[in-house]
Amino acid sequence: MIQLDVTLYPQEIDPAGKRDPQAISTADYQKLIRDALDDLFPDVTDRRERRELMALLSPGATDLLRAKVMADPSLIGQRVIIDVPFSDDLDQLAKGRIDAESETATRRVTDKQIEWFQRLEQRGLVRQAFNTTLFTAGDSRSPELAGIWGSLVGTFWTMLITMAIAFPLAIGAAIYLEEFAPKNRWTAMIEVNINNLAAVPSIVFGLLGLAVFLNFFGLPRSAPLVGGLVLALMTLPIIIIASRAALKAVPPSIREAALGVGASQVQTVFHHVVPLAMPGMLTGAILGMAHALGETAPLLMIGMVAFIVDIPGGPLDPATVMPVQIYLWADAPERAFVERSSAAIVILLGFLILMNLIAVMLRKRFERKW
Amino acid sequence: MAMIQEQTLAVRSERVTMSSNDLAKFKTDKVCVFYGVKQALKDVRLDIFQNQVTALIGPSGCGKSTYLRCLNRMNDTITDCRVEGSFLLDGDDIYSKDMDPVHLRARVGMVFQKPNPFPKSIFENVSYGPRIHGLARDKHELETIVQTSLEKAGLWKEVNDRLHQPGTGLSGGQQQRLCIARAIAVQPEVILMDEPCSALDPIATARIEELIDELRQNYTIVIVTHSMQQAARVSQRTGFFHLGNLVETGATEQIFTNPVDQRTQDYITGRFG
Ligand SMILES: Nc1ncnc2c1ncn2[C@@H]1O[C@H](COP(=O)(O)OP(=O)(O)OP(=O)(O)O)[C@@H](O)[C@H]1O
Ligand SMILES: [Mg+2]
Repeated sequence: MIQLDVTLYPQEIDPAGKRDPQAISTADYQKLIRDALDDLFPDVTDRRERRELMALLSPGATDLLRAKVMADPSLIGQRVIIDVPFSDDLDQLAKGRIDAESETATRRVTDKQIEWFQRLEQRGLVRQAFNTTLFTAGDSRSPELAGIWGSLVGTFWTMLITMAIAFPLAIGAAIYLEEFAPKNRWTAMIEVNINNLAAVPSIVFGLLGLAVFLNFFGLPRSAPLVGGLVLALMTLPIIIIASRAALKAVPPSIREAALGVGASQVQTVFHHVVPLAMPGMLTGAILGMAHALGETAPLLMIGMVAFIVDIPGGPLDPATVMPVQIYLWADAPERAFVERSSAAIVILLGFLILMNLIAVMLRKRFERKW
Repeated sequence: MAMIQEQTLAVRSERVTMSSNDLAKFKTDKVCVFYGVKQALKDVRLDIFQNQVTALIGPSGCGKSTYLRCLNRMNDTITDCRVEGSFLLDGDDIYSKDMDPVHLRARVGMVFQKPNPFPKSIFENVSYGPRIHGLARDKHELETIVQTSLEKAGLWKEVNDRLHQPGTGLSGGQQQRLCIARAIAVQPEVILMDEPCSALDPIATARIEELIDELRQNYTIVIVTHSMQQAARVSQRTGFFHLGNLVETGATEQIFTNPVDQRTQDYITGRFG
């Protein structure tokens, strides 16, 4: 972060003096910031050097200034002090990840930039701050402006769809197959198929989603709706298998006890067997969801790998999800994205731990009831 | 026209003779049961009398449990099990299409070899049956049913202060009495017991035997047991099964003192089994 002393000249921002929001928002904030930098370094006059100087700052600086002025037009005409993030390369320099002593050609900052940076440091204008845009912004080409929030929201919508479809369907299927279905060749075949589906590589589900949901049904590309559908298909067999195991584990003596007092098959299943199997089924479901949460491959096939800056507002907006975002960042050339990826991975792991905690808590709650 | 009338008359007279046939609760005849291709029961004919305890004895694997489970159609739940023969409960065929197995099991309760209370509270264990059958109009009535059932099962004094604690927390003998209370709560006519004491110590066994004797006043009881002494103590009639055949039935005293068949003789004197 650098502390900049910016003078908001009225003639620059709002020459007409009408405080028209349209005019304010289209004003040339870049020039204001450049002027502020010029005040700091009056000795830099050369055009090329001035461009280098400007590259010290994040391209988001102008947006930051604009937002500040838009929020409070009365600032126009005054001098304000704002914190502006450095560009990602300077950020890496500040953190010592770029060695100032190394060969000029091998580093991404010029000698001049290093000198300016040191001068700024001497004047006490440089300070370290936690970059909260990580939690509030969508993706960006500039690492210092990129955030996880967009993919988090995308993940939320995707998981919501996955859960809404996979959970009831899988549990219903498990209960039907285990408790009510006649044992014949037809159900045996379904059983074999479910077991095989659980072992199908996840990218195949992505292909299926591409062929069925996008091409056949014409659903929007990159949408959490489609991602959720694909992940639901992928997790269905996992949850079904876990739920059936949980149902099988209910001792037959409980079924006999219920039937023995004259409970019907349906009553036996829903009053006794399912409640007893519920913790196991929930664990299976949450494990399936955790699996889906970390899944990247099938989403690549349905276009959720796109560069998406906007925060998705619903399941039909283009979006990406956290693991895909990590994959994208890890793939990006800018060095500062390494830190972004790491932060995103920590957040993803945090969510996985949270989900497991929920699973444990749900189990506890159900167990206490008996 | 006349013929039809004759036929209905004939049917009616048959009914009359059956119900007048003194106090037979269950009449079973030509009972054959198959598990897949394996025959577990061969042409069994047995009557079970009202307000009596009928004991079924015999070596392991001879089909006692199988027979018992036919009486409340518990075998329906086993996929490859096939039951043949006639089973008349108060003259009605329990395997006919109009007989709802659920309704039947409310009339013919069952207590299993291993105590199997629901993993719920004692109260819920006993009240479950009455609740699903709508035997109680309100909470108060339900509480009364639970109390009288537990009293009849001789458990009330031990558990009345912890009705809402889990039934699985009781001792084995208490659990088995809880299961008996649960069976009684549905107000069945017949109670089937499959080795109800085999998992219990002698004192708990004695309690259950006492209980069976008391229950005889109001219910018809069929009990499977491996203990000759127990059969002798609690039952009025005894049936001896061997390799899927019902070898001999008769008054308990007669079976134990003066068996007709050599195999019965051998079994009760402990020569095999
Ligand atoms: N579910 C089943 N599937 C296949 N065969 C069975 C099943 N249950 C019982 N059998 C067979 O039927 C025969 C009779 O079994 P049953 O359980 O009635 O014997 P039992 O007299 O009750 O023996 P025990 O005294 O050991 O309880 C046995 O040979 C047994 O192997
Ligand atoms: Mg048995």
